[in-house]
Amino acid sequence: MAKKILLNNIEVPGLANFEVYRQLGGYSAVEKALKSLSPDEVTEEVKKSGLRGRGGAGFPTGMKWGFIDKKSGNPRYFVCNFDESEPGTFKDRHIGQLNPHQLIEGMILGSYALGARKSYIYIRGELFYVLSIIEKAIDEAYRNGLLGENILGSGYSLDLYCHPGGGAYICGEETALLESLEGKRGNPRIKPPFPAVVGLYGCPTVVNNVETIAALPWILNNGGAAYSAIGVENSKGTKLISACGHINKPGVYEIELGLPVEEFIFSDEYCGGIRNGNKLKAVVAGGSSVPILTASLILKTAKGEPRLMSYESLADGGFETGTMLGSGGFIVMDDTTCMVKNLLTFARFYHHESCGQCSPCREGTGWMEKILTRIENGNGTMKDIDLLVDIAKHIEGNTICPLGDAAAWPVASAIRHFREEFEEHVKLQRCPLSR
Amino acid sequence: MEDKNKITEFNSETLDLVNRIIKRYPQGKQKSALLPVLHIAQSENNGWLCSETMDYVASLLGIQPIEVYEVATFYSMFNLQPVGNCVIEVCQTGPCLLNGADELLAHFEKRLGIKSGETTSDGKFSLKTVECLAACGNAPVIQVGTEYHENLTIQKADELLDRWQAENKISHTNPYV
Repeated sequence: MAKKILLNNIEVPGLANFEVYRQLGGYSAVEKALKSLSPDEVTEEVKKSGLRGRGGAGFPTGMKWGFIDKKSGNPRYFVCNFDESEPGTFKDRHIGQLNPHQLIEGMILGSYALGARKSYIYIRGELFYVLSIIEKAIDEAYRNGLLGENILGSGYSLDLYCHPGGGAYICGEETALLESLEGKRGNPRIKPPFPAVVGLYGCPTVVNNVETIAALPWILNNGGAAYSAIGVENSKGTKLISACGHINKPGVYEIELGLPVEEFIFSDEYCGGIRNGNKLKAVVAGGSSVPILTASLILKTAKGEPRLMSYESLADGGFETGTMLGSGGFIVMDDTTCMVKNLLTFARFYHHESCGQCSPCREGTGWMEKILTRIENGNGTMKDIDLLVDIAKHIEGNTICPLGDAAAWPVASAIRHFREEFEEHVKLQRCPLSR
Repeated sequence: MEDKNKITEFNSETLDLVNRIIKRYPQGKQKSALLPVLHIAQSENNGWLCSETMDYVASLLGIQPIEVYEVATFYSMFNLQPVGNCVIEVCQTGPCLLNGADELLAHFEKRLGIKSGETTSDGKFSLKTVECLAACGNAPVIQVGTEYHENLTIQKADELLDRWQAENKISHTNPYV
């Protein structure tokens, strides 16, 4: 059995209640940190753990905290990114809904380390029912002296609030999230300055993903070294993988980083294989943004080594033959799937979600949707396929935020690995798989 | 559609809630409360935001009306036209599509006799397509107000529709209550 850090108690009935969480040892990391560790010592443990941002970028968390400007004299903010919207990703909801106190405990630890006195959980507006669960848990934490003035007599005070979004994927980008939290449109900011220096209300701010924050209690209880003893290379600890698509057992799984992809897809402990005994055709391993891979390339690298669920192994081969761990949104497709139609839904998604600030993304995402619609409906030409590649190339790297790249990569990779399927649409003047 | 009363003032209970929310942000940063307050305003204004309601929200937060309009037009959860009592939002992104979201949408369109983006003539239902609701493991998924309905089949969709039809379902309830 793999080690469980995040989902250890997830099946305990009533876990969302304070008493149940507390009885299972909950909030012991807050007690330990506030009574016996300085804020810098907390940051040190997180640095030692090797924990990386679980929202998708994989940036080392301790290092991100280390950038916070503690000298400006301005208030500092700690913000949780709960804007989970990357297609294929539904892991943060699992934590927020079933174990909200784990998130709150992590928020207290991070806030303490950074010296924040007001912290916010920014949660996508569609998840209001999860916001209600978290707000109830926050109330319980206040009533039990774990939030508010002078927490556990330590002299440290913290207020924690939930803030709903309004339905905009772009707010998962951290500077767009901060704009949104300030009551504005979610337009990403030009960086630098980074939020650690100029963040919420112009003050030093750290934004971390739900899963990242939820790992903090375990790290503080067991030590950074214990966390970094799990995993492979620079992929330390455990990761939540939300698996969906054509598998027998869709769901949220906690894996030790380094698990072979083949085991994850086919073993009964995880996805349980492909539905209806069908053949595996393709996988998008880390949320819709990351390059799609063929069945053979997701199971084995181009060098013929078994592909592992880790930052390094999934990226092996670069974008030619590799992909990214991303958010852990693992979308599996069997041989009944039309690659053009699937890609079209992603293209439509990014077109819908582009904030419109940068013309390559605003215009390019629209063109890609239009051309893919044309090809799927049997009205495409061979030139259209190259045109898609060309547009993707011109978006990539030419926008303020990574949404442009996120829109370009799925298109470029689908054509790289499944070009013949696009050509067949053009030749037949229809979708070969349409009923 | 029937022109229902437009909300240009909250009752004292809602005002209390709004003031509690405003206090969550630092002094002078009350504009931060805009998204939560717009959610509340939309729920009280029959599920959509008219300019009168948005102007009222602006006055409550001490900001310019344009600051409210630009936000309301940016975020997809805000309806800028009247909607039916029960708004059914069907996810259409990749993972839901892999599990039959297009058949599901077609079924809703057939049962309700409207296309996506339209409202039934009796004002009871509106149908919308939305992008990823982050519940892909239980695809296909729809949202109705603050409720998610997951692992939907045509049969389950029919049961839900029959129930909502019978109880005159209203999806725009105050999300904080």
